[in-house]
Amino acid sequence: MSNKVRSFLTMLGIIIGVGAVIIIMSVGAGAQSLILNQLEGLGSDLIVVLPGQSDENGPPSQAFGITVTTLKYSDAEALGQSKNIANVQAVAAYYQAQISASWRDNDYDVALNGVTANYLDVENGTVEKGRFFTEEEANGAARVAVLGSAVADELFGSTEPLGQRIKVKNQTLEVIGVMKSRGKVAFQDYDDQVFAPLVFVQKLIAGIDYVGFIRLKLKPEADVDQALEEARQTLREQHNIENPLDDDFSVRSFRDAVAMITTITNALKYFLAAMAALSLLVGGIGIMNILLVSVTERTREIGLRKAIGATSSQILRQFLLESICLTLIGGLLGIISGVAISYLVSVVANLLEYKWSFVISLPALLVAIIISMVIGIIFGLYPARRASRLDPIEALRYE
Amino acid sequence: MADYPLIELRQLGKSYQSGDLATDALVDINFTINRGEFISIMGPSGSGKSTLMHILGLLDRPTSGQYLFNKHNITELSDDQLAALRNHNIGFVFQAFNLLARTSVLDNVKLPLLYSKDKNQMDERAKAVLESVGLGHRLHYFTNQISGGEKQRVAIARALVNNPEVIFADEPTGNLDSKSGNQVMQILQELNKQGKTIILVTHETFTAEHAQRIIRIRDGQLVGDELVEQQRIATEGQILK
Repeated sequence: MSNKVRSFLTMLGIIIGVGAVIIIMSVGAGAQSLILNQLEGLGSDLIVVLPGQSDENGPPSQAFGITVTTLKYSDAEALGQSKNIANVQAVAAYYQAQISASWRDNDYDVALNGVTANYLDVENGTVEKGRFFTEEEANGAARVAVLGSAVADELFGSTEPLGQRIKVKNQTLEVIGVMKSRGKVAFQDYDDQVFAPLVFVQKLIAGIDYVGFIRLKLKPEADVDQALEEARQTLREQHNIENPLDDDFSVRSFRDAVAMITTITNALKYFLAAMAALSLLVGGIGIMNILLVSVTERTREIGLRKAIGATSSQILRQFLLESICLTLIGGLLGIISGVAISYLVSVVANLLEYKWSFVISLPALLVAIIISMVIGIIFGLYPARRASRLDPIEALRYE
Repeated sequence: MADYPLIELRQLGKSYQSGDLATDALVDINFTINRGEFISIMGPSGSGKSTLMHILGLLDRPTSGQYLFNKHNITELSDDQLAALRNHNIGFVFQAFNLLARTSVLDNVKLPLLYSKDKNQMDERAKAVLESVGLGHRLHYFTNQISGGEKQRVAIARALVNNPEVIFADEPTGNLDSKSGNQVMQILQELNKQGKTIILVTHETFTAEHAQRIIRIRDGQLVGDELVEQQRIATEGQILK
């Protein structure tokens, strides 16, 4: 087709469709990498024990706002023993409460994280100044607190926080340490947290005797699946459960969680890509429309070609080729614009300090090219057949 | 030379069926054309001369009778075989030129070669025929940049590029001024001298008399088939009409 503007407008449907699919796949992969980076920040060799039973692949019951009280501190103690779990390295129990902390006139909403003393052994956190609380302090419900870096900044500004006393609810806690900034990990802002002994948070803040969840760190050589099974056995003994169907807890490795999130985000990504692919269909219909107009406009030309010896199949091939050319060029332009926009998104995301990787999968590009060609064939076939069946006499006579 | 005629028609007829009504466009046409002849087919508009030319040019099929082209009974040939015959044995020149717009003169002349089995030296062959019609200086012009007379000479070059046996010219001077028309007739007569069979369709006696023989058609019937007593010779500078 020699008419450039018209050809471009015709291709636009394909350009947008292919571009959108590429963008969704690429930005989707980037978002996935962001999520996975966040989870990896916790360490991928963790096992999480949540209260309440849940499906292997479903979300934990806490996700629905249900409070389950079946996990106790004694469970964490049992899980920490190597006679129960061979390759356990450290175990920490948690109870989190959203609460307001204050120092003098300053207020700040924090996540008060009641943890056991070996918290630092389980997670990848480090104390920047001061120290974490000891096991004696933890067991004795000592009134000490370790602040996340943001909390320290918000409450104390330029004042030295170590040795100061902050208020949570009606309790006073002495600041003994400040954590190094970790940013967001697994979508929790670790810098907005205040760490205090678990027993203190349970008894004096929340007034409960259960724990929110337990995290186990395994030794590097550990077999994760075996450790999962050992953890389940231990908890069944603890809770006197004989039938696994009656489990009142769920045990998961972080690896599984990562896999689950990947499954969900993949499903989302492919669904969106399928939606975008719909516009390819629309683009294909546009191409068919223009080709039909073109066949009518070029009736005389087709007649002439037949008169000088073109067979019907040669005419068919010519129009099919033109259609494929249109969609192929459209597909390539779509790929170029899609890749460019995806790259722009990754640059902006990185400027906003997200760990966003720019991912383009080669197979996806190949598939995009093949799909563009297939669209060219499918939607070019009808106009091409129409051209090939024109009677040369009628076609030559056509004004 | 082959001992059979180039074209032989036996009781050839063509009728169009529209609904229950059959219209006869051609009835019982018989004649023979030998190689090397220059023939005019004459008749008023609606006489059936165009239909006859379409059948002779293998663009259409008769509904009755026989048409032998080079001894081939064309009713027995497939569409693709007819297309191949048109490509190799026949050249067409139309009143409206029918050149491809936005395409160079050279590419227009190459067009039949694209559908030919022999794709050797397409550029050279196209250039050679363009030079033979005096257009060697227009190879890379677009067809909308040249005059009507030049357009028709491009069309003649296109008809010649596959070295066909016969050239059909359907009112080739109809859209031209008399000077250009004269040039075209000159070329056709020159080609005839070189041995090409020329079949000219026209409604003008003056143009028709450039041939050696005139076949007259009226109301779908052959009403005359005679030799021209004094063939008009187109020469440089002659004014037609």
